[in-house]
Amino acid sequence: MSVDKNMWVLIVDDYNTMLRIIRNLLKQLGFNNVDEASDGGGALAKLRAKKYGLVISDWNMHPMTGLQLLKEVRADDNLKATPFIMITAESKTENVIAAKQAGVNNYIVKPFNAETLKKKMSAVIGDF
Amino acid sequence: MSDDKAAAEAQAKGIEARLAEIRARQGDTFRLDDVAGVVVSLMTSMEGELSAVDIKLQRELRDLVSYLKQAKADLASLRSGGFEGQSIPAATDELDMVVTMTQDAASQILDCAERITDMAAGMTEEQAQKLIDISTRIFEASNFQDLTGQRITKVVKVLRHIEERLGAMALAAGETIDHAKTATGVEVAEPSDSDLLHGPSMPGKGNTQDEIDALLADMG
Repeated sequence: MSVDKNMWVLIVDDYNTMLRIIRNLLKQLGFNNVDEASDGGGALAKLRAKKYGLVISDWNMHPMTGLQLLKEVRADDNLKATPFIMITAESKTENVIAAKQAGVNNYIVKPFNAETLKKKMSAVIGDF
Repeated sequence: MSDDKAAAEAQAKGIEARLAEIRARQGDTFRLDDVAGVVVSLMTSMEGELSAVDIKLQRELRDLVSYLKQAKADLASLRSGGFEGQSIPAATDELDMVVTMTQDAASQILDCAERITDMAAGMTEEQAQKLIDISTRIFEASNFQDLTGQRITKVVKVLRHIEERLGAMALAAGETIDHAKTATGVEVAEPSDSDLLHGPSMPGKGNTQDEIDALLADMG
């Protein structure tokens, strides 16, 4: 099944610079429908208002972290099937395990490059 | 019971009574002055009946008193020069400023990378791909801002923790520190040339060029 590049992608990070970087890299990969949120709470509100084909979220945010957002998404019947990729500087094993147990689809460690982003996205939503 | 043993027990009871008195007065937080006082009274009680071991012990105790006095002086110095002088708070502000400035710089770099991407739209496919490759490298490299920001924020937290702990220690060392003087009781000297070298000011802390011009004009 081919990937619909017109699907909406939600990117979540409390650093505006990172939001711009991810948005631009997604644009270069052909994904132009991108929304942004600066923490888990804002992201959850957007997820409940519109259908998204993918969430790409940072972990270290306040007041709601990326892990809490992931747990909220997986606990919501309407959202639990949404693909979720964590992009974070947290690289310890315990973090990866916690994210996996919470239901993350893939995990990208910062700093990352465009090739890694594409590879992890392909693993989650299919080749494009 | 021998006389020596009875005397030792009496000394121990005397010290215990002194400690109980201090504990009753201020709980389990002992001021360095009180600790030094207990040690001195122990030393005094031993005079006149010293063996070689006692002499060695007394020397150790004198060193301990000296160490405690120096620790108190160091803490007083930290308090007057470091906390009241705002050294650590200023350092954390400077680090916060580094985060802000690198964020601004990263933002400008991203502006340029986005313009390069936009320029690719009017080029041949080969030229466009070259420009997109360049802008992609810029976007990737700009990851640094997030990571350096997180690292510096972590350092700021550590500094603030150290500041709090040292402040608590300085208070425990005695609350009668004169903030207008150094630990040795010498009045704070006029700032030297090196004291006047502060580096770039934080926003709102220094003067603008217009304010400097006005200041110079007022001074004639």
